[in-house]
Amino acid sequence: MIAEIGHYGLVLALLLATVQSTLPLAGAARGHPGWMALGPAAALGQLIFLGLAFAALTWAYVVSDFSVANVAQNSHSAKPLLYKITGVWGNHEGSMLLWVLILALFGAAVALFGGNLPETLRVRVLAVQGMVGFGFLLFILFTSNPFDRLAMPPADGRGLNPLLQDPGLAFHPPFLYLGYVGFSTAFSFAVAALIEGRVTAAWARWVRPWTLAAWSFLTIGIALGSWWAYYELGWGGWWYWDPVENASFLPWLAGTALLHSAIVVEKRDTLKSWTVLLAIFAFSLSLIGTFLVRSGVLTSVHAFAQDPERGLFILVLLIIAIGGSLALYAVRAPTLRSTAVFAPISREGALLVNNLLLATACATVFLGTLYPLFLEALTDEKVSVGPPYFNATFLPIIAPALVAMAIGPLLAWKRGDLGRAMSRLWIAGLAALGVAVLSYVAAGGDGILAALGMGLAGWLFMGAMVELAERIKLFRAPLGESLSRARGLPRAAWGMTVAHAGVAVVAAGVTASGAWKTESIQAMRAGDSVEVAGYTFTFEGVKTVPGPNYRAERGTFTVTRDGRPVAVLTPEKRFYPVAQRDTTEAAIHTTWLADLYAVISEPGADGAWSTRIYHNPLVPWIWIGVIVMGLGGALSLTDRRHRVGAPRRTRAEAGAAAPAQA
Amino acid sequence: MKRKHRRLMFVLFALVGLGAATALVLTALEENIVFFHSPTDVAEKDLPAGRTIRVGGLVVEQSIQKQADGVTVAFQITDMAHTLPIVYTGILPDLFREGQGIVAEGELRADGVFAAREVLAKHDETYMPPEVADALKKSGHWKETDGTGAEQ
Repeated sequence: MIAEIGHYGLVLALLLATVQSTLPLAGAARGHPGWMALGPAAALGQLIFLGLAFAALTWAYVVSDFSVANVAQNSHSAKPLLYKITGVWGNHEGSMLLWVLILALFGAAVALFGGNLPETLRVRVLAVQGMVGFGFLLFILFTSNPFDRLAMPPADGRGLNPLLQDPGLAFHPPFLYLGYVGFSTAFSFAVAALIEGRVTAAWARWVRPWTLAAWSFLTIGIALGSWWAYYELGWGGWWYWDPVENASFLPWLAGTALLHSAIVVEKRDTLKSWTVLLAIFAFSLSLIGTFLVRSGVLTSVHAFAQDPERGLFILVLLIIAIGGSLALYAVRAPTLRSTAVFAPISREGALLVNNLLLATACATVFLGTLYPLFLEALTDEKVSVGPPYFNATFLPIIAPALVAMAIGPLLAWKRGDLGRAMSRLWIAGLAALGVAVLSYVAAGGDGILAALGMGLAGWLFMGAMVELAERIKLFRAPLGESLSRARGLPRAAWGMTVAHAGVAVVAAGVTASGAWKTESIQAMRAGDSVEVAGYTFTFEGVKTVPGPNYRAERGTFTVTRDGRPVAVLTPEKRFYPVAQRDTTEAAIHTTWLADLYAVISEPGADGAWSTRIYHNPLVPWIWIGVIVMGLGGALSLTDRRHRVGAPRRTRAEAGAAAPAQA
Repeated sequence: MKRKHRRLMFVLFALVGLGAATALVLTALEENIVFFHSPTDVAEKDLPAGRTIRVGGLVVEQSIQKQADGVTVAFQITDMAHTLPIVYTGILPDLFREGQGIVAEGELRADGVFAAREVLAKHDETYMPPEVADALKKSGHWKETDGTGAEQ
């Protein structure tokens, strides 16, 4: 019964999506307020019914209702409660339900918090949002219904893939989807603006918080996935340029560019059609990502069970959404005239450089990810494009972006003075040099390029600090004045400084962990020791310990440095009887400057265990830096809420006063 | 500078950037593409040793042997027409087992053994790498039932 209610909720949501994407649009075109009012109501209704459907599926998982096919295939009565709940989205059907639920969440948020939008714009945004929802609800109902019943329910379920039985599943997919799907709002705003034929500074001000929210979620979501793969797969790495990883990175790159170009539209009323295009691209890349992950057309290490037929359905959705929006863009973009002019050396110029570099980086990653598909379609040759390609293309493009990132914020709008900006950055230059030399020496003269990369991180970090110091006149005014300036600084300015500093920390972590990682693979018996990067790992043997629904072989390493104890590492090899599968649980001890990482495999015939030990320098900095970036996004968002949410008067003024310079 | 000149400068700048990026991409692709071959290809095509390639197939039953050093593993893969011996030093993925479809990246040695640097098995046992599925289809040993998890 509960499952049928869920199914019914899905159907009702589909009907509401149909209403939401048609009548209000017609109402907006004809100025019919009654029809327009249907938009927000339908958006809220969709959220309620999809919430109901999601709750119904969760219930079926919690009570282990194996008459529901989806539950029988992906759950098991002996599974801990946490994994019964997170298992809801640990499979294709459930994860698509989460996808549309989050889509409805953003739609409802626009309906609720979009009170200060011009009514026609709000309604059109909601209509586009409704169209996307319509397509995906059709997809779920026709190809991936999570509520299908089994005529003969099995006595117990087939269990959840043991790799997914990890707290990471609770956070990674929801965050990733909040990011992916969050870009749907920017997309809807872009398409709505194209329908209206008008992009104003006010439009950019409305788009920014939604983009910022999606970007922050996606940043955190990608990092959570990376972190999860890092500790769960036991390969000692955190990024493999795998198609599934790239699928999440592409919208991030486009979204980052969008975030910055929207500033230019807001402040300077130019780069309009480019910004609209980026908004379309960011969500299109999210859709392409969904397609890549769901269709299994590319070989991925993170691939789970897939179905080509579903891939085809998503491909059709993709073509309609991307083709339709780009066609509309082609027709309407010429009407989006920009008024402002600016010199090449200016804040706008710097943001444009940022956009060009990010877009190029995005294009190279896109090409490398999809190249195997193109080539196979054309020549029937099977190829794969691995990390060497991405490192050779992505890094040289992103390095100048990091250099420019420190300079851009110091340039004035319209016409900047590069010499002045550079002279203020002398301390950042010094920091870059110092960090580069220091890390070169610390690494024992190994890796000049990596040392330069570290210097770049130092440059960026100090650059962000210099920009902050400039704004609050640190050391040039009395300290009291600086402090009060710091308090008075808009949250968005703080957000930028914090986010840029976070990027610097990530850059340092990425560089160091890539260049100076130490790996050691050996067979060890109890009592054996191995030295890795100055640490001595002594293997104490393996014990069998029971788990809630698995059995673990737990190895113990005591780690010492110069005779002093540092840590005890207990990596596990777990066996899940339901799935008849092993998983590897890495043991990680972090010193905050490096991770000590140990993994055990199966024992050989002579009782020696294969062990793998890594010393991963600065990996923790990647996670710290990402958190700082997310924090920067959140800070900036709080600023927006004050400015966008509060003044009720913008509603009355919006039509007439919106084009005014902000 | 007139507005027209400025625009021209931006366009030039963008073109130079685009050109540089294209050059970068082309050289990187040229050097870093890894071709996939089935065991039949390896047996019949006389591939050059020492170039990085990918091979894939099903792990042959009872072919997995651990070497004396405790960390090197020798095994064979098959597309049901030909088999290919592989050696790999390191820890195999959890889902590596007999009968499982896997993809290995590495080099063909002069003695005809494939020295793998990386062995990829998937997170999910019902998943079959598309290359392996195609190789099996080509050799006529594809059964829909061991396919890409259509049941799921």
